[in-house]
Formats: sequence, C-alpha cells, structure tokens
Amino acid sequence: MGFQAIQGEGWLLAKAEQLINWGRSRSPWPFPYGTACCGIELMCALASGYDMARFGAERVAFTPRQCDVLIVAGTITKKMVPVLKRIYAQMAEPKWVIAVGACACSGGVFRTYSTHQGIGSVIPVDVYIPGCPPRPEGILYALLKLIDKIEADHPLYKQRSKLVEALEAAK
Amino acid sequence: MSLKERVQEILGSDLIDLTEFRSDICVEIPKGRLVHVLSRLREDGGFDFLSDIVGIDNLHLYEKKKQKKAKKGQEEESEPERQGPPPPRFEVVYLLLSLKTNERLQVRVRVPEEDMELPTITTVWRAANWPEREVFDMFGIRFKGHPNLRRLLMWDEFQGHPLRKDYPLEGKGEERHLNYDVV
Repeated sequence: MGFQAIQGEGWLLAKAEQLINWGRSRSPWPFPYGTACCGIELMCALASGYDMARFGAERVAFTPRQCDVLIVAGTITKKMVPVLKRIYAQMAEPKWVIAVGACACSGGVFRTYSTHQGIGSVIPVDVYIPGCPPRPEGILYALLKLIDKIEADHPLYKQRSKLVEALEAAK
Repeated sequence: MSLKERVQEILGSDLIDLTEFRSDICVEIPKGRLVHVLSRLREDGGFDFLSDIVGIDNLHLYEKKKQKKAKKGQEEESEPERQGPPPPRFEVVYLLLSLKTNERLQVRVRVPEEDMELPTITTVWRAANWPEREVFDMFGIRFKGHPNLRRLLMWDEFQGHPLRKDYPLEGKGEERHLNYDVV
C-alpha cells in the first residue's frame, strides 16, 4: 500500500496525494464506448470470465458524468468524431482514455475517406492497446498500466501552480 | 411455366437483355419503364419483396473499352466503327425476391452520366426508401419523387460521392464539424 498507517487510537497518517491516488486507482470506473469488434472483447473483459471488476472497474457507467476511464473500443468514423469529442468533454475530472485496438489507435486497416486515423488527434489518450482486436488480457493489462499511471500521478501538485497564481492575484 | 418464360411474358417489349447464370436470371430494362415494369413484376410476377438496391460505377470498364477501340482503330482503319452514344457509366440493380416461391430476379437499369435521375420506386415498395438514399449518397444518382432524399451514411454537409471510381479511397480531407465544437 502506498501510505504508512499508524494503528491505534483510530489514527491514520498518509500523504494527501497518496491517499487520493489510492482511492482513484482502485476505482477506475469505465465508460464503454464500443463501436466495432473490439467492443465484443471489451464486453468479454468486463464479464464474469475475465472480470475487470477485480481491478476496481466495478461499475460500468453508461453516462459520461459518472465515470473515470473512457474506453474507446472500435473504429471511429469521421461522422462519429464530434460525438466522441462531446462525450469526452462531458466527463468530469479526473478522466483518462484507453484506446483499444488498431482502429482507435491509428485507423487500422481502414485508411479510407470515412475513418478517422487515430483518436489521439482528437482527445488525449493515456494507454494504447494494439491488436485487431486485442484479447481481453490485453485490455486488463492496459487497465493495470493505467492504474500504475494513476498511482504515479501528482493530483495536488498539478493544482499548486493554479493555487499560487490565484493567491498572487488576490494580493 | 419456368421463371424465365414468365418474366419474358410479363416484360414483353420492355426487355432489353436477359442473361442466365446458374439459374440466376438478370434482366435489363429501359430507364423510362422502370416503375411500370417493377410494379408489374410485383403484381403479376409474384416478386413481393425488394431485397436491395445496388449502384454500380463502370468507369474503368468503359475507359478500357474505349482505349481498346482506339487501338483497334489505329491498326485497322478500314474496319468501320459502330457509331452511337457512349455507353452509360452507371447501373442500378434491383434485387427482387418472391417469398412465396423463393425465386430471385435481378433487374438492371443503365444510368448515363448526363442524366443522373431515376424515378423512385418507394411507391411500389416502401422499403426502397433507405436503399435509394444509400445509392444517392454513394453515387449521386437522384431519385425523382423520393419522400426524403438525404444522405444515409455520410453526414449531410459531405461533398462528393465516395463509391464513384474517380473518388480517391482516402478521401479529399473532409472532416465533420458540428456547432458545439466551437464552444
């Protein structure tokens, strides 16, 4: 565990950042955005056989307001790009994105007029999963990588500069 | 009476060409008689189901034929070339099915590049609505009298018709923008 606990008398001492990261990394609720065959693998990873809930992806949110990880599984057509952008904008901070499969990463085999060549040019992506489609193990591995990333994050430090700016402006 | 004979009887003089390949029958009919022929096939021929409407762009085929003709002309100038209008570039195929007898029929219509309009057959089969919209979207063939002739697959502001052979596979850089992108 990332923080030290001193037991007795009901006390718990830890760095606030580590406490926040502990909570965030153990509840990355996914938003399944399945548009093609990768969505089937994602369903398989979420279902009881592979059981993504073991790693904290407990509740699949079907609203962007109540989720942390946007899992884009499948081909994103150019017609769909504004929808994807809007869903990402609707998600509340903190938010992360996993691009599942060749199509979401780079357009895959569909180098055509209708397919967007990789969602990385539209929204920021944290983890890319190669494969066409990747196996459920691949999706679980990506989730573990994302959890590593969340644990190494500095959520308060990022806000510090903003806080300093605000304080100086108040002076 | 076999299907071939029945179709021949129903179409009569409207029949331009009839080919049979492994008992699949394909007929070609003139553009102007489309609605009449199809409604007769529905009423008298028993074809009560419209499976699909397909567009075909024969651009390369006809260009090749033209080049071949030109080569031939250079080699043997004495051979008289058949004069006439160039062959129509597009084709629209109506795939019909009879649910009672389980028979199928292809009906082809040629659409020249100069006059890219066909009458709608939504009056015959209401199911023709979306297939006709798809053909319009992909090939730019307009259907006169269609109740809602908008693009089906591409977004409304899209320019061009992607399944035409002279449209590049990777597109012309079209992107979709919606109003809420600005906010």
